[in-house]
Amino acid sequence: MEISKDLIAASSTSIVLAILSAEDSYGYAILQRVRELSGGQLEWTDGMLYPVLHRLGRLGHVESRWEVAESGRRRKYYRITPQGRAQLEEQRRQWQAVDATLRDIWQTLSISLPSINPASDAPLPQGA
Amino acid sequence: MTDSGHAALLEEQIDQWRNYLLRRQAIHTVDVAELEDHLREQVAVLVDAGLATDEAFLVAVKRMGDLDDLSREFAREHSDRLWKQLVVVTQDAEEPRSRARTDAMVAFALAIAAAVLVQVPRLFGYDFEQDGSFYGRNITFFVLPLLTGYFVWKRKLNPTTVRWLAVAFVVAGVFANIYPFAPGGSSEVLTAMHLPIALWVIVGIAYAGGRWKQVDGRMDFIRFSGELLIYYVLIALGGGVLMGFTALIFQAIGIDIEPFFGSWLLPTGVTGALIVASWLVEAKQSVIENMAPVLTRLFTPLFTAVLLMFLGTMLWTGNAINIERDVLIAFDLLLVIVLGLLLYSVSARNPSAPPGGFDVLQVVLVISALLANAVALWAIGARITEFGFTPNRVAALGENIILLVNLAWSAVLYIRFLRRRGSFADLERWQTDYVPVYALWAAVVVIVFPLVFAYI
Repeated sequence: MEISKDLIAASSTSIVLAILSAEDSYGYAILQRVRELSGGQLEWTDGMLYPVLHRLGRLGHVESRWEVAESGRRRKYYRITPQGRAQLEEQRRQWQAVDATLRDIWQTLSISLPSINPASDAPLPQGA
Repeated sequence: MTDSGHAALLEEQIDQWRNYLLRRQAIHTVDVAELEDHLREQVAVLVDAGLATDEAFLVAVKRMGDLDDLSREFAREHSDRLWKQLVVVTQDAEEPRSRARTDAMVAFALAIAAAVLVQVPRLFGYDFEQDGSFYGRNITFFVLPLLTGYFVWKRKLNPTTVRWLAVAFVVAGVFANIYPFAPGGSSEVLTAMHLPIALWVIVGIAYAGGRWKQVDGRMDFIRFSGELLIYYVLIALGGGVLMGFTALIFQAIGIDIEPFFGSWLLPTGVTGALIVASWLVEAKQSVIENMAPVLTRLFTPLFTAVLLMFLGTMLWTGNAINIERDVLIAFDLLLVIVLGLLLYSVSARNPSAPPGGFDVLQVVLVISALLANAVALWAIGARITEFGFTPNRVAALGENIILLVNLAWSAVLYIRFLRRRGSFADLERWQTDYVPVYALWAAVVVIVFPLVFAYI
């Protein structure tokens, strides 16, 4: 299943902030983590992560620093700021509201229209 | 292929990819470094998983996403980058930034030096108002040596060249001041007008920094001169607003600021601004779209239309050109403008591009200017003995001939190019080779004319 671009764009800041709230990280590792967490469902175009990170930086939600990795290459690490944590908390509340609403809607739909398309009904994501 | 062979190939591919990315103005060097780190890690992971390096590279690049999309995303996030920032140089690279800062400091120091220098003669009793002729002849020497010095420093010219440039300035200074000019005579005015033209080539030699003998070096100097003119005019406009505003607010408290303008602000602005403008052109040459070619594009069709209308009207009405005293100067100016239009479209044109509609327009412009000038010359030539050979008239005639020769041969070369008998590079070479001719003629006017015309 491919998740639409709009959904990816809408969820990307929350996901990135959430990953960074666990530990400081850099672009490639963040993408790896997204793949792991989503079980490969969320396929981001690699490059597109960076404008997102830069936007978060501009807004003050993350800060960045250059470090020399063990390979000898310079690598840019990102760290979440207190302001970023507050933002993450805020986004979590918003997503939960969306999630709760959708959950209710799925439930009503499956009660009132049980026979519309049972095949595709079954694997509906819970709390997507 | 060996491992090292693979590695070298990978480096080459990454180099290409990096350069390709660097061409996007929305993506800066630091971002490319960040993306490159990502790409390398992706390649390494894929190679570990069993892919060959070139395959791994292809997959990694593909995963990075379409570069146009990526560049668009970067542009959206960093929209300020599309507006190229003036004065403050890129914030990315550490090393170029400090170099740019030294550059700016040297330029401003020289601009201040020029502003101070121009005041020095006042210590010896010269006055801007009363000794206009002294300042007219010498104003060049308060600026151009410093500007030359700036490029000597910037291009790290060798001492031999520097010595020759210095000699040129000293010789020019001697000739500007040695002659007993008749007060208010035209020889003196001609000297004041031609000295900067002659010495501008000295600046050019310093600017080209050892590339003066090459077509490219001189063409860069032509580009520089055009951009400098535009910057200078813009700074002058700003200066005018500043002065007008200052006068207004001081008038409000009952103080007449005019004397301060005349003796301090104006000389400082005129001299200092040239150096600041030069520095701006230098600092911004890679950052801002060149303006001279843009204006050329805009005005070439308009000037062509005006000239064609002029020729058509002359034919239709049969009106001959009124031979007045200044008619030759008017046609000189026309040729200068047409030459400028030609020069700056040549300077911005990709020499290897095939002939196009704009080239045809350019040829029409040059030929119509030549025709208009030929009519004027013919009319004047018939009566020049009647008017007598004054220094002004001879200088104007000489300039007219010099410009005429340039444009006529340019037209020939351009037509050859349009008919695919010659290359555009020939035209470029002709224009750049011609640059010293203007300076030589200006030097003749400065050095020989006063002698021939007995300093009148």
